[in-house]
Amino acid sequence: MGKSVIIIGGGIAGMEAAARIAAMGKEVILLEKSDQLGGHLRKWDRLFPTRRKSDEVFEYLSNGLNDKVTIRLNIKINKIKKDDRHFFVILEDGESLKSDALLLTTGYDLFEAGKKEEYGYGIYDNVITSADLEAMFRNSAEIKTSGNQKPRRVGFVHCVGSRDEKAGHLYCSKVCCVTGVKQAIEIKEKQPDTEIFCFYMDLRMFDRYFEDLYYEAQQKWGIQFIRGRLSESCENPDHSILVKVEDTLTGRPLKMTVDLLVLLSGFVPSSDTNKLADMLGLLPGSDGFLTPVDEHFRTNETQVDGLFLAGTVKGPATIENTITDARSAAISIIKYLEK
Amino acid sequence: MKQFGYSINPDRQIDYDLTDKSLLSFIVSFEPSLLSCISCGTCTATCTAGHFTDFNIRRVHTLLRRGEITTLKKEIQKCMLCGKCQLACPAGVNLRNLIRSIHVAVEKFNV
Amino acid sequence: MTFNIFVLPFSLGFIFLLLTIFFRYRKWIKALEKEDRIRFSRGLHSRKFFLSLKEILFESLLHRKMFRKNPLLGYMHMTFAFGWFLLIILGNLESRIYSGWWINPPYYPIFMKFFIHDKHVLPFEIFTVPGFFRFSMDLVLVVILSGLVLAIIKRRRSRWFGIQRTTRLQLTDKVAMTCLWLIFPLRFLAESFTSGAYGYGGGFVTQHFGNLLAILYPFSDKSIAYGFWWFYSLSLGIFFVTLPYSRYMHIPTELLLILFRNFGIKHVKSFSAYADVEVFSCSRCGVCIDVCQLATANSILNIQSVYFIQSIRDRDVRADITMKCLLCGRCTDTCPVGINTDSLRLIERRNFAINQLPVQDYIPVSIREKAEIIYFAGCMTHLTPGIIKSMITIFKTADVDFLFLDEEKTICCGRPLMITGQEDQAAKMIGMNNHLIKTSGAKLLVTSCPICYRIFREEYKLDIEVLHHSQYILQLIRKGKIPLQAYFRNVVYHDPCELGRGSGVYMEPREVLEKVADVRSIINEKNRSLCCGGSLGILNIDRHQRDAIIHETLKTLMSGNPEMIATACPLCKKTLSKHSSVMVRDIAEIVCQAIPGTKYNPVAQLTKVI
Repeated sequence: MGKSVIIIGGGIAGMEAAARIAAMGKEVILLEKSDQLGGHLRKWDRLFPTRRKSDEVFEYLSNGLNDKVTIRLNIKINKIKKDDRHFFVILEDGESLKSDALLLTTGYDLFEAGKKEEYGYGIYDNVITSADLEAMFRNSAEIKTSGNQKPRRVGFVHCVGSRDEKAGHLYCSKVCCVTGVKQAIEIKEKQPDTEIFCFYMDLRMFDRYFEDLYYEAQQKWGIQFIRGRLSESCENPDHSILVKVEDTLTGRPLKMTVDLLVLLSGFVPSSDTNKLADMLGLLPGSDGFLTPVDEHFRTNETQVDGLFLAGTVKGPATIENTITDARSAAISIIKYLEK
Repeated sequence: MKQFGYSINPDRQIDYDLTDKSLLSFIVSFEPSLLSCISCGTCTATCTAGHFTDFNIRRVHTLLRRGEITTLKKEIQKCMLCGKCQLACPAGVNLRNLIRSIHVAVEKFNV
Repeated sequence: MTFNIFVLPFSLGFIFLLLTIFFRYRKWIKALEKEDRIRFSRGLHSRKFFLSLKEILFESLLHRKMFRKNPLLGYMHMTFAFGWFLLIILGNLESRIYSGWWINPPYYPIFMKFFIHDKHVLPFEIFTVPGFFRFSMDLVLVVILSGLVLAIIKRRRSRWFGIQRTTRLQLTDKVAMTCLWLIFPLRFLAESFTSGAYGYGGGFVTQHFGNLLAILYPFSDKSIAYGFWWFYSLSLGIFFVTLPYSRYMHIPTELLLILFRNFGIKHVKSFSAYADVEVFSCSRCGVCIDVCQLATANSILNIQSVYFIQSIRDRDVRADITMKCLLCGRCTDTCPVGINTDSLRLIERRNFAINQLPVQDYIPVSIREKAEIIYFAGCMTHLTPGIIKSMITIFKTADVDFLFLDEEKTICCGRPLMITGQEDQAAKMIGMNNHLIKTSGAKLLVTSCPICYRIFREEYKLDIEVLHHSQYILQLIRKGKIPLQAYFRNVVYHDPCELGRGSGVYMEPREVLEKVADVRSIINEKNRSLCCGGSLGILNIDRHQRDAIIHETLKTLMSGNPEMIATACPLCKKTLSKHSSVMVRDIAEIVCQAIPGTKYNPVAQLTKVI
């Protein structure tokens, strides 16, 4: 009988790894907790930096899943056991799935913006998150305030829940900067009259063509960047939002009214990852994400023999990096199975 | 227009080689959390005193690092120690103790 | 025979002690402010004096508070204090029967068994007067010895007495303690050997034990007994001489403290005679160590009130110890002597105040618009806008005309400055804020911040009513001004330090909560509640140490298995939220959610049972 792999998490990493492993003739069971594959990708409209439709990426990933892949949706895992050679994933209804290797691709959760109470998410109607804004893009709706008006001025807050000891996450979530700039440009494309301000601490345009996007935002769209982190916001009687920030470049506190405030929520380890790591005896890193055996040479392996990691379960990453990492995991797993 | 001319104007540059950095190491031993500052400005944005004066609590950290003690001494006198900045600080800097430590150090060394 | 040279160590020690206490008392009373001296002399002739005697009986002798803390601990303290007290009283009465004099030399009752050997042994001797005394004296002595055994066990197994950590003792403490521990066994042996050697004169225990000793040591004559009388006298003498320099000075001082307190003498801003009496009333029992979260969560074990007070006594007050305190008030609350340790800290912190801090000439003192009610959210509340939004909703629902005093430019209330010792600068801010409040013409000041609330009440001397929003909301509910509909399951209430122990507001928040939620009680609540970890009282701990406190407090709160933690302080809310697995909400937010038809849903995700 051929060897098989169970992949937990049907997001980008899970789908791509499943496709690659199946292409090499191994049986794959792809477990997904929700009722559809694709994870966060399904909630996104266009992707940075090229503004390709996210659906195109999803289509590509879906096409890779051949008949060697068994997709199981709406799965809840009760327990995971391991003997010398096999993993046993026991589902909530008691069903036990057996495999020779296990891959965790359980990804991330978006930081709950309401935890950063001083920014007013969940309190003020016109404070939304980047995910909320993306949903508006996806519905191709006009961007409107709670009062059903076109916003004259929109603010983007970088690093919400990232680089923040008080929020419990000291790390940088990497992709929020470029997401913010991308979304700012998209608003401008739709509604060019809107004035846009980005409140940032450091713009981390680390990847290829990201910097170009930043230039485009400034040069083509006149988007303004204010270096300072928001301390708090309050609501004006007309439900617009008054933000307080230091303009660190002039060294003076600055207040500004915006009609819509977008919080760029960061990545946090997904709640399911923590539970699974517990079952498998994996110790998360100081940031809560899971850590491979070696960050250079064994990037997908764990301390547990036959257990692999891929994608944002290991920390914030772009879609491109996630896909590459899933392929790397597939190679490691095939090598392990043929050992 | 500003006359630059040939008069003897004092040099406006921070002469990093000449400034006094001893205070910094003393303060760090009292309040090491100051090394976590990422100059984001949250503290200044929320600062009560900063709304009324030119007080900028974020600059306290920079002045200390640059050894600009004279300016620093004047700056810290404006703080009310209310602690709002500390509650907001995303880097976990113990700002109230930082200000107090600088005061203690300034008094102790009579700088 | 009524004298022997061995009584000298006791007598000299006793005279020394009496004189020392006399001079200390005189010094303290003389150092009182004039009004306090008048209070003191008036107090001595009033009902308060008898109330003080009652308190002395219950607390200093019977140790009622200690009993409540731990019965074994209470018993141990009671045997020493009340037992010794009975020995003195009974011994004095007994000695008068035998001597026939009204006045005895002070050593006479102590060493009476050396001088008097009563031959009368009757079948029912307990029903005769001398027999009754002989019986009771022995009984009391045995009880004290049982306490002594407990005291020795306590040094090794303090956990059995409900004490996790015991105090580190100083040299004088050790000497005095050793003597104290020796006094009663030595007395017991001296009396036993004497009655054994004579064959009569002892009580029901000492006589039998003496007879046994006489059999065991048949060759001994009265010289062994005489040796023990010497040791007994010496141990008493040394104890009395070391007492003023050891923790046992708390025994005489506490009596004066009780009088002072009952006569209405209080702490003032500077170090007063009252403060000094408190310092010397500390018995170094160490109860304050176990309740201190710096100890329990962070293993910081050198800054607790017992050590801080010791440093005052040793005139070696250091800044780090003085400043390293949450000012949560837990030790003050638990102190069996009732020492106000927080006030002592604040007084000492003033000595470490920084002179130039701060220049506040910039505070705007503008006359605002007039209003009946002013709302002062407080600095911290501006970082928890959910509370502000809820309060505004509540004001509007109750149709109240209010002025949001610190809506735009927040002015600090001054308490954060004051509790770091910057009393003078804080006073300046208080003055300016006071002016601002007065010019508004309001009759009621409502605040959301317990820190502000406390200083408004304690220092502002406002002639208008000041309420914390939990109290104000309760008033509105009672008047039927805000309709409430929702009912939330499983809520645990966290008492903020400044509101609970600090201002005595325990019931109002609970009463408000009970209108809208099923409130569960937990072990450490009300006066025993923990600090959230966000305390402004402390400056010199780092974020990891704060985190440890937050986790400890959350663990206690979660013992009630709540779906939501309720509190009444923006600082507590923000601090606990950082690590809480369930939502933390302010009372105002929960009430706001329960108002039918409110658009703003601070606790929307929760199960609401209508």
